[in-house]
Amino acid sequence: MGRRAILRRRHRQQGGFRQMNNRWIELLKKKTKELAAAKEETFETKEEEPGEYRKPIFQIIYIFLGIFVLMAGYFSYYIMFQSDDVINNAYNKRQEVLSERVVRGQILSADRAILAQTVVDKDGNETREYPYGEVYAHAIGRYSKGKTGIEESENIRLLTSNINSIEVMYSDLSGKKSPGDNVVTTLDSKLQEVAYNALGDNRGAVVVMEASTGKILAMASKPSYDPGKVDDQWEELLADEKTEAPLLNRATQGLYPPGSTFKILTALEYMRENMAYLEYEYDCDGSIDFEGMTIHCHNNRSHGEVDLPKSFAKSCNTSFANIGKGLDIAKFYEMCDSFLFNQNLPVNMASNVSSFTLQKGVSGTKEAMQTAIGQGNTLISPLHNAMITASVANEGVMMKPYIVDHIENAEGATVKKYSSQTIGRMMSGEEADYISDMMRQVVTDGTATKLEDLPVEVAGKTGSADNSKGKAHSWFVGFAPDREKDTDIVVSIIVENVGTGSEYAVPIARKIFKEYFK
Amino acid sequence: MNLIVELIKYMMILLIGVYTYYSFNVFRFKNKKHQNKIYAILTVIIFFLHFTGYFTLYFQSQNQLILYLYGAEVLLFILILVLYQVIYPKLSRLLLRNMLMLLAIGFIIQTRLSFNKAVRQVIIIGASFLICLIVPYVIQRFRTLKEHGVIYGGAGIVLLILVLILGTKNFGATNWITIAGNSIQPSEFVKLLFVLSIASLLRKGHNFKQVLLISAMAGVTVIILVLSKDLGGALIFFVTFIFMLYSATEKPLYLLGGLSGGSLAAFVAYQLFGHVRVRVLAWRDPFSYIDKEGYQITQSLFAIGTGGWFGMGINRGLPTDIPVVDSDFIFSAISEELGGVFAICIILIYASCFVMFLNIALEQEDIFYRLISIGFAVMFAFQVILSIGGVIKFIPSTGVTLPLISIGGSSALSMVLMFMILQGVYVNGKKSNSQKKTQAAGRV
Repeated sequence: MGRRAILRRRHRQQGGFRQMNNRWIELLKKKTKELAAAKEETFETKEEEPGEYRKPIFQIIYIFLGIFVLMAGYFSYYIMFQSDDVINNAYNKRQEVLSERVVRGQILSADRAILAQTVVDKDGNETREYPYGEVYAHAIGRYSKGKTGIEESENIRLLTSNINSIEVMYSDLSGKKSPGDNVVTTLDSKLQEVAYNALGDNRGAVVVMEASTGKILAMASKPSYDPGKVDDQWEELLADEKTEAPLLNRATQGLYPPGSTFKILTALEYMRENMAYLEYEYDCDGSIDFEGMTIHCHNNRSHGEVDLPKSFAKSCNTSFANIGKGLDIAKFYEMCDSFLFNQNLPVNMASNVSSFTLQKGVSGTKEAMQTAIGQGNTLISPLHNAMITASVANEGVMMKPYIVDHIENAEGATVKKYSSQTIGRMMSGEEADYISDMMRQVVTDGTATKLEDLPVEVAGKTGSADNSKGKAHSWFVGFAPDREKDTDIVVSIIVENVGTGSEYAVPIARKIFKEYFK
Repeated sequence: MNLIVELIKYMMILLIGVYTYYSFNVFRFKNKKHQNKIYAILTVIIFFLHFTGYFTLYFQSQNQLILYLYGAEVLLFILILVLYQVIYPKLSRLLLRNMLMLLAIGFIIQTRLSFNKAVRQVIIIGASFLICLIVPYVIQRFRTLKEHGVIYGGAGIVLLILVLILGTKNFGATNWITIAGNSIQPSEFVKLLFVLSIASLLRKGHNFKQVLLISAMAGVTVIILVLSKDLGGALIFFVTFIFMLYSATEKPLYLLGGLSGGSLAAFVAYQLFGHVRVRVLAWRDPFSYIDKEGYQITQSLFAIGTGGWFGMGINRGLPTDIPVVDSDFIFSAISEELGGVFAICIILIYASCFVMFLNIALEQEDIFYRLISIGFAVMFAFQVILSIGGVIKFIPSTGVTLPLISIGGSSALSMVLMFMILQGVYVNGKKSNSQKKTQAAGRV
């Protein structure tokens, strides 16, 4: 029925011109509704308020677009901030790919001496050169025959070029290789040379470090090798590995009995267990007996009446063995654990784990007495000993040692800066002060008086580590304040199988401090 | 040589950047003329990017066969554009172009990884489009399709059980079945059946009892997938179901309850199954397990990281170091050689498809078609998130393919089917809307 027809009929029924308008509108509404309903039916849809169903759809759009954005954000963050560290990994085999388009960067000392560089001849052949030969072998590592040291740890960075993008694009486009980024180390070329030469023909290692930052200023290990010549000398070097071990970085991988340098920790443990440590007294007659075991002082010398500082300064074994007898083994172990024994050192270089085996219920008093004087089964690396000494010098706070200061592009602009990181507080400021004073007395009135005439106040501890291979290893750990830089310079020195600390290690320390405070 | 490869690298980034911009920009215009212009630009970019990619590949290898493959692909793209747009003048041209764009990228990277596999993939894609040519018509013509929810659901479950019994193991999951020498992954097709069945069942009503029954059916499907160790699949089905249920009922309780139930189930799975714990472990700390569990993800991170923002250039990275690079980890290969910028554009193109899917949902007055669109949209987006998120260490890796780019016949055909079903729904929605308008206009 047409609209007009309906209207006509209604009009006739109702008459009344006035009402007509209202009726008309009402009817129109009703009719449209019917029509709409009929139409909906044919499409079999349920009646819903228009637009009602839209809400969940919009919510789904927001939720998933939100996740997409988060994901793209995470991806960008990874590329921008994390990928640099991640790709610098020995498992990333893309270095060959990178080295096809980048000339490996240089390794520099802090005073910008070139320690390693890649030289390209006119035919495009590349050679990795080490201008200082054997001096830096262990600190910066080698490129050939299995990368080690910085050559390994910063491998991808040396093969990445961060010169400005336009230039990269230009050299990309022209088929030229881009210059790789340079690694600037914390090493001081003068100190390194002094440290290296001071070891003479002996086997041993030297670590020089800044106490407040953890920067390694020098790291030498002898015997050494020329990383530029490993290809020719490889067989010999491997043959030597069993006897002289030139490839081993003794500074980080060599493990030695700490000898009397360990008395730093024994003294600290004693102080913690005995509030009245200031009143400690012992009468040394040159040796102490315990259940058939005798521990002697050096040359059987008797030190007479000693307190803790004097026992420490004179390195009185008898007195420290006496202290060891009374220590709580469990607490001692706990403390050494906090000083990073029996665990990987948190350093970015190959290192071996120092061991401390004195354990409650397992070890007897005899072992405790030996351990207290740094013999027993304890083993430590020179770097680890440097870290412990540095924590004394740095008011009790141990810093993470590091050897790479920053990465810069071929034009000298910094790409990435490494900053010093705290490992943790190892002892209170008071404890550190007291041990520092005792270490100072070692120089003024003890076993390291050869350092007394230096222009700085050196503090330290000597050690002579008895071992099965011959004469004692000669140890010295110590530090001296650099007031200008507001830090202490720490040394850790070991000379293998030569004799006492005072005789061999202390003179090396002397040369290093002399060079530094020139 | 270097010059060309490098120039093309930057050129491709520029092209996909412009494409991505317009693929979102097109939503803003209602004006037909303007839209046509944008679609023309998108088409040109697809062919140009496809050309530059194959030019590099040919230039580096000088392999004649690559030219033939390129020719075949161009022909395929032209055929798809012409046939589909002539037969269905009203289909979504944005979706069609997004498909072609993703396929073009997939072809380039697959050819770079393995020429022979790429040829096979191109043939499968061609066949898929041929088969799917009737799909939009079927959707429009057979309106009774919405009636048979139980059949779809039952068929899906039976298929999955068959696979569980007869299937072969692949990468730890039993979700392959070998027929006449060809490996087929039925769960890819069960996905589609699943969405159709849930949409059909929810259409009949969603009181508590009905919801319980539908959930039970969905639950059985998910549990079979968990039993066949297809974690990615199980997650996709589950999330799709939860969001479809929420859209139909509009009860936030179902959404929240479902998601927290899912989290609980994930926790239980973590406690129960060793292979789940391994995945989580490899995600949280891949570098501690770099030799074994973390090997794949760390290689992927190396690839992405070394590629950086602009990529190493085609054929100049080492994507083949990543295990399963051509399927689950294809995104890393793209990121390594074509760059992070390019990779982000791909994420955005997927997002563009997702928004378009839900745009289609908004147009549907019929709850069945609306739920299909929502279900496919969620399924698609979630699969993209699982796949990409897994290889960039955003979430644990679940071994899910990247739609239209990863190698694999089953997932390719199932994706083309999904897109074409939605094209049918889109044309439908448009028609019914315009019919309504003309009817209304005629009567008032």
